[in-house]
Amino acid sequence: MEAFASIRAALSLPLAPIQYIVSWPTTFIDNLKSVISTHDDLINENLSLKAEQLLLRSQLQRLIAIESENNYLKALLQSSRQVKGKTLIAELLAVDFEPFVNQVILNKGSRDGVYIGQPVLDATGIMGQIVQVGPITSRLLLINDPHSGIAVQDARNGIRAIAVGDTYSGKLKLMYVPNTADIRVDDIFLSSGLGDHYPEGYPVGRVISVNKDPARQFAEVYIQPSAHLDSSRQVLLIWYQKNA
Amino acid sequence: MHSFFAILTTVIIAIILALLPMPDWTIWLRPAWVLMVLIYWAMMTPYQVSVGIAWITGLIMDLLNGTLLGEHALAYTIVIYFVSKMHIRLRMYPMLQQGISIFVFVTLYLFIIYCIQGFIGELPASQLYWLSAVTSMLLWPWLFVLMRDCRRWFKLA
Repeated sequence: MEAFASIRAALSLPLAPIQYIVSWPTTFIDNLKSVISTHDDLINENLSLKAEQLLLRSQLQRLIAIESENNYLKALLQSSRQVKGKTLIAELLAVDFEPFVNQVILNKGSRDGVYIGQPVLDATGIMGQIVQVGPITSRLLLINDPHSGIAVQDARNGIRAIAVGDTYSGKLKLMYVPNTADIRVDDIFLSSGLGDHYPEGYPVGRVISVNKDPARQFAEVYIQPSAHLDSSRQVLLIWYQKNA
Repeated sequence: MHSFFAILTTVIIAIILALLPMPDWTIWLRPAWVLMVLIYWAMMTPYQVSVGIAWITGLIMDLLNGTLLGEHALAYTIVIYFVSKMHIRLRMYPMLQQGISIFVFVTLYLFIIYCIQGFIGELPASQLYWLSAVTSMLLWPWLFVLMRDCRRWFKLA
């Protein structure tokens, strides 16, 4: 199996030009749009972005204080864990696959230090992990793929579970949750960091349905991923080292 | 040499068409471009395009799609085997009958992919999956004319 993986990685380089050619029209239209958008539009967009940045900065200030306090408390508990790491913004190549494939291609590869198993986020949550790295491209397995699993934790009461992808709905499903577990609709699930793959505390999704059928051994809990799995264009690669 | 170049160009264009981003509502309507081009060449030049080329093209599709390695290769190989078996009959058919055979071939291809996806537990989310055979059939006459012109342009027999 590992030999196959390396063959795939090696062959991704000669095939990358096709992917770039396919995604070229989309980038071209995007560029065209930005060229012909008027000066006024740009000024307006700039103003709104500045306002948003101000807002985010103010929130960040609060977060920095909380984070330092948190680190201090963790240090007291002697369970310090590095939260910050190197990050890199990657762009999705506009390549469509067959509709049953939950993967996307990123325009960063081993040249930029991307590694297999690397967690990928977008602005709103966890998107997935890298499953194949070529020299100039890499392949991202989305969290709603049935081969993907992520250790999650309820933000409200800390119930831990594993969320795997569900092909039929494009959502996530919690595995092996007892019928008695206190999980309600609209609960937010965060990554728990237990699987060692994903960093701790990033949003994974929101519960959309809980079905507790007494005839079944486990409850059926579906989660709507909070990351925009099918509309994000830019994603964040993070270098996550667990040194707990 | 001419023919090799023509086949390569058309197959690459078909691969690009198969990967080109499309609006969301068309995801289940995308015709099996690569398979259709392979069928055309296997029908018209059975001594140049046959099972081997189909297998290599299928492997490339697997690598690009990220599906199980060999999945498309197997499906293309089986379909192209039947096409080259009966290429003379297919050439004689009127357009309507040809379209219907394309429908059967593409359905066979979709069925093989569907089975393999079933084995690995990643079935397509919707039964609209089979619509691809219908769009392939409807697009076949245009593709046929286009490919015929292309073949004349490259001055192939």
